[in-house]
Amino acid sequence: MKIIVCIKQVPAKDAPLSITGNWIKEADIGFEMNEPDSYALEEALRLNEKHGGEVIVLSMGPERVKQTIKEALAKGAHRAIHIADDNFSQLDPLGSAQTLAAAIQEEKADLILTGLQSDDHGFGQTGVLLAALLDLPHATLIMQIEIQNGTSSAASAPRSMRLKRELEAGWFQHIECPLPAVLSIQSGINKVRYATLKGIMAAKKKEITTITRESLGVSLQPTQKIEKIYVPTKTKKTEFLTGTPKEVATKLVEKLKFEARVI
Amino acid sequence: MKILVVTEQRQGKWNNTSFETLAAAQQIAADASSTVSALVIGKGVGHLAEELAARNVAEVLLVEHDLLEVYTPDGYCVALSQVINAAQPDMVLFPHTYQVRDFAPKLAAALAKGLIGDCIGYRNDGGKLVFVRQMFQGKTVSDVTFQGAAPWFASFQSGAFRADSLAAHPSGKAPVNKVAVELKTEQIRTKPLELFKEAKSSVDLTQAPLIVAIGRGIKAPENIQLAQTLAKALGGEIAASRPICDEGWLPMERQIGSSGQTVAPKLYLALGISGAIQHVVGMKGARTIVAINKDQNAPIFEIADYGVVGDIFEIMPALTEALEKAKFA
Repeated sequence: MKIIVCIKQVPAKDAPLSITGNWIKEADIGFEMNEPDSYALEEALRLNEKHGGEVIVLSMGPERVKQTIKEALAKGAHRAIHIADDNFSQLDPLGSAQTLAAAIQEEKADLILTGLQSDDHGFGQTGVLLAALLDLPHATLIMQIEIQNGTSSAASAPRSMRLKRELEAGWFQHIECPLPAVLSIQSGINKVRYATLKGIMAAKKKEITTITRESLGVSLQPTQKIEKIYVPTKTKKTEFLTGTPKEVATKLVEKLKFEARVI
Repeated sequence: MKILVVTEQRQGKWNNTSFETLAAAQQIAADASSTVSALVIGKGVGHLAEELAARNVAEVLLVEHDLLEVYTPDGYCVALSQVINAAQPDMVLFPHTYQVRDFAPKLAAALAKGLIGDCIGYRNDGGKLVFVRQMFQGKTVSDVTFQGAAPWFASFQSGAFRADSLAAHPSGKAPVNKVAVELKTEQIRTKPLELFKEAKSSVDLTQAPLIVAIGRGIKAPENIQLAQTLAKALGGEIAASRPICDEGWLPMERQIGSSGQTVAPKLYLALGISGAIQHVVGMKGARTIVAINKDQNAPIFEIADYGVVGDIFEIMPALTEALEKAKFA
């Protein structure tokens, strides 16, 4: 089974964000693998351990993205495709998906996995858009994947998946989905592995193919534009309590007891 | 301008975020001299269309088909693109539900359009509609505008508008117009099976008056003990944001947020929780919110009544002690 996992590199969770125009200053902050995507990668690696084949990592962005690609290769992905793009942060969801779809098209994968959403833009549309652009069935918020082989042992036997989807308010649903397909993985589906030293060494020999949107022949028509980014204005007046931990604790208990009257 | 609101129902029951989106549409319409149409999709949902007709809408579109009885992204996209092509709205609005996440981007893409998803508000800047959405897990917000020709697609986050501000129809009832769609079995590639809930939970957080909730700031499972001791001193229940339950540090039934429980306790004590929108929608109804976080810019402080910028590992034991002391005071 050939699986492509789309992975985004995003600013590190504790990175101090300083806004410039409609993006952030990238110069002094660290970047990391988008956490929801790490669940998709893990799921791809587990499916590969069970069913064989190949796991290909696909990532778009400037040169720094290679560091995240290498992490994915160290965890066990077999090879990677890097769509080099310095203006990646300016793409709208459709533009990103069109570019990724063009790269995926050439690979003819059985399964394409994405995370739930990115921790930076948070559009949460990539997986569904890929399905639309590649004309494949899809499902989102996946909590379990079971590959069902056809009754015949022939290689061409129809294959499908039985999936567990998360709905709202504690509800779930099983669905059947044919292959090939695009799935957006819900965070928490599995326990993500760490890269081993052996994996890190092995990754050095793995292939990273670099391509560009131009080489893929994709031209974009933006459908939306981020005009500006800013820190939200407060809607509620917060009373900040200061002092030593002990002082703060005493003040807080006082407030909760006599002002808010909730304890 | 013509606005179409795609409402959501499952098994003939409303997803109430639909009414918030309808309220959003009414506000945009009042602001931008537009009309609002509401759409109901499914099978045997005529009674829901009648219910919507009593609201202040120009018309209700009723889209019914045997193959729309149960939701599938393929079925909804095939049907709704036909309706949109026929009705020609300028703007199509959705409640930002899990279901909408699953099909709306595809529907927009099928018509070569984009979707501004998960909006928390909008502004009319001199005739230009600006949609506001969060980025960086709520640490920043962004103003987004549509590019290119209509129709434009947008979805509104739960809680962004108030359903009780929804206006009734001024003269009784809006017309309910049935829209026929063509749909074939082979166009629907996924097969939905049964809906189910996991094993019954042992705790009902929705009934807990006092909640101590932990987030990523707790760092390691062995540190949860500190929060549990604090919860015990307070006489409250322990809860968590999604990442903690994803890690398996606390059971899923203790998760607060859009994919977990929605609670409205007397007191919500948020420890090391940054306040991403997915968490906030599950707890912003709390009467008193206390946030303790080392990052003074954490979005959780925007909704907190009391805030402490500091190290939860220092404050948790101090607070436990102060609470124990207060019991005997």
